[in-house]
Amino acid sequence: MEYILIIISAVFVNNILLSQFLGVCPFLGVSKKVGTALGMSAAVTFVMALATCVTYLLQYYVLVPFGVEFLQTVCFILVIAGLVQMVEIIIKKISPSLYQALGIFLPLITTNCAVLGVALMVVQKQFTFGGEAHMLNLGQSVVFAIASAIGFGLAIVLFAGIREQLELSNVPKQFKGVPIALITAGIMAMAFMGFSGMV
Amino acid sequence: MAVKSSFSNMILALGCICLVCSALLGLVNHVTAEPIAAANLAKTNSAIKAVTPEFDNVPSEEVMTVEVDGKEYKVYPAKYQDKIIGYAVEVMPTGFGGVIDMLVGFDAETGIIYNTSVISHSETPGLGAKISDTGAGSFRAQFDGMNPAATKFMVKKDGGDIDAITASTITSRAFTSGVAQAYKVYLTIKGEDAADVVTGASNQNWEE
Amino acid sequence: MAGRWKLITKGFVKDNPTFALVLGMCPTLGTTTSAINGMGMGVATMCVLVLSNMVISAVARFIPDKVRIPSYIVIISAFVTIVQLLMQAYLPSLYETLGLFIPLIVVNCIVLGRAEAFANKNGVLDSACDGLGIGLGFTLSLTVVGLVREILGSGSAFGWKFMAPDGMLLFVLAPGAFIVLGYLMVLFRKLTTK
Repeated sequence: MEYILIIISAVFVNNILLSQFLGVCPFLGVSKKVGTALGMSAAVTFVMALATCVTYLLQYYVLVPFGVEFLQTVCFILVIAGLVQMVEIIIKKISPSLYQALGIFLPLITTNCAVLGVALMVVQKQFTFGGEAHMLNLGQSVVFAIASAIGFGLAIVLFAGIREQLELSNVPKQFKGVPIALITAGIMAMAFMGFSGMV
Repeated sequence: MAVKSSFSNMILALGCICLVCSALLGLVNHVTAEPIAAANLAKTNSAIKAVTPEFDNVPSEEVMTVEVDGKEYKVYPAKYQDKIIGYAVEVMPTGFGGVIDMLVGFDAETGIIYNTSVISHSETPGLGAKISDTGAGSFRAQFDGMNPAATKFMVKKDGGDIDAITASTITSRAFTSGVAQAYKVYLTIKGEDAADVVTGASNQNWEE
Repeated sequence: MAGRWKLITKGFVKDNPTFALVLGMCPTLGTTTSAINGMGMGVATMCVLVLSNMVISAVARFIPDKVRIPSYIVIISAFVTIVQLLMQAYLPSLYETLGLFIPLIVVNCIVLGRAEAFANKNGVLDSACDGLGIGLGFTLSLTVVGLVREILGSGSAFGWKFMAPDGMLLFVLAPGAFIVLGYLMVLFRKLTTK
């Protein structure tokens, strides 16, 4: 039951992008076409889930026992960078067309605040899903990561759809591009606020 | 301009950088450990100061742990001339966005609430975050000088006596239940029966 | 010296990271609930920028090209952690307000971007000035966004409440961040394109 709460909370109520502001750079850069947005979200989901799993284990089986929690930031980002490299190599081998489609965005996942953000959140914050506040265990953390990535993907894909329309609309010159995208994102964020109180 | 990318060079360069950085971080961590602990302590101390009458001991050094309903709570006794004049009870109810770390100060003799303070919270800015506001007309002001024995610790919406923050019922409920929990702890310290205290934490109907 | 001065000032308008380069969006949206918070975040980022630019510029020659990015990342994250620890010790309330965004400085595209684009090709002092300029520009934009959000959303400026009513709550919450930033960007464009 708690897993359902985690998923609903991460996808809708505390959407990682529209309410936590993580992952905004790729959001503004990738979301021009629905197809690329989907590809990006798939890659992010995979990296986020894997990264959270590894960093969680790293935190509780290496950093804490050795008392070197201050190495957290350094280790986590290195893990993420390494994973992204690995994913890049794997995708290149398995599906060169997907690799072409994602292009520059794959290495950019390393600097996606969302990935590092989620990895840090599960080891730092206490979560309140329908009851007492507590730290998440490994299974819940991975579910949280996947759900956050789905929330990210949802926001990006919805946004890409809107942006495709915006391209065809008559937008004032100064608003073209990033500003109108930001304002649209703001309205979307308002809409997502309607979900609060659901969990 | 860069050094040749041979395997050994790469390992050497990356290894050196990691070593130097880790050493530097270890050093800074060591140097800042004490100030960080002191800063945390200062925060707790100033919160204790805010909720109890003037004291001359160091409550954080005399912290007691009291168990109520299977949970442990920290209680900081405030003493004046070796006589306990107040208790600052730390409770951590679950609010809307996370845990609310708060202190409730009780007068040692009468049990009247001297004051409340919030050490940390993750509530929504502008809404639930109003639990940090003090001053006349603020949410917390109604708790100052309150007699817990005569108060139903639930928000008015639930049939209690507490005025909630507008549009922040969940946060208000959490804070209120925190105060009730703290009162239970106080009663336990005094050796009295804490079973009748309404906490509002469980949505049971208030009987009696 | 004139060259160095130019390096510093170009970060204010021409190469303003937020409004011109559209980098570092996450902290811009997440930490600007008030002017002080925005400023604090900007200064923290600036410190990391200047320090990492300087170190990377100094050691770039010794790093093999293939491990370039991971090395920069380690250096940057080390400085981020140092800033984090120092803030935790000496500025605890700001540290708590900025929360998760402090370690996230390490993935702020600005920092790695400047290291790649400038620091590894230029001298230590020049890189420091570049970091300072971009950092100041970033701090400026964060403070401005924070100020607007604070005035509209809390009726205060730099913590000093000048309006009795609280203002429109929306601006301190998530949607307000996006909207304010969008409109400010339009304003910036209007002012800079003649």
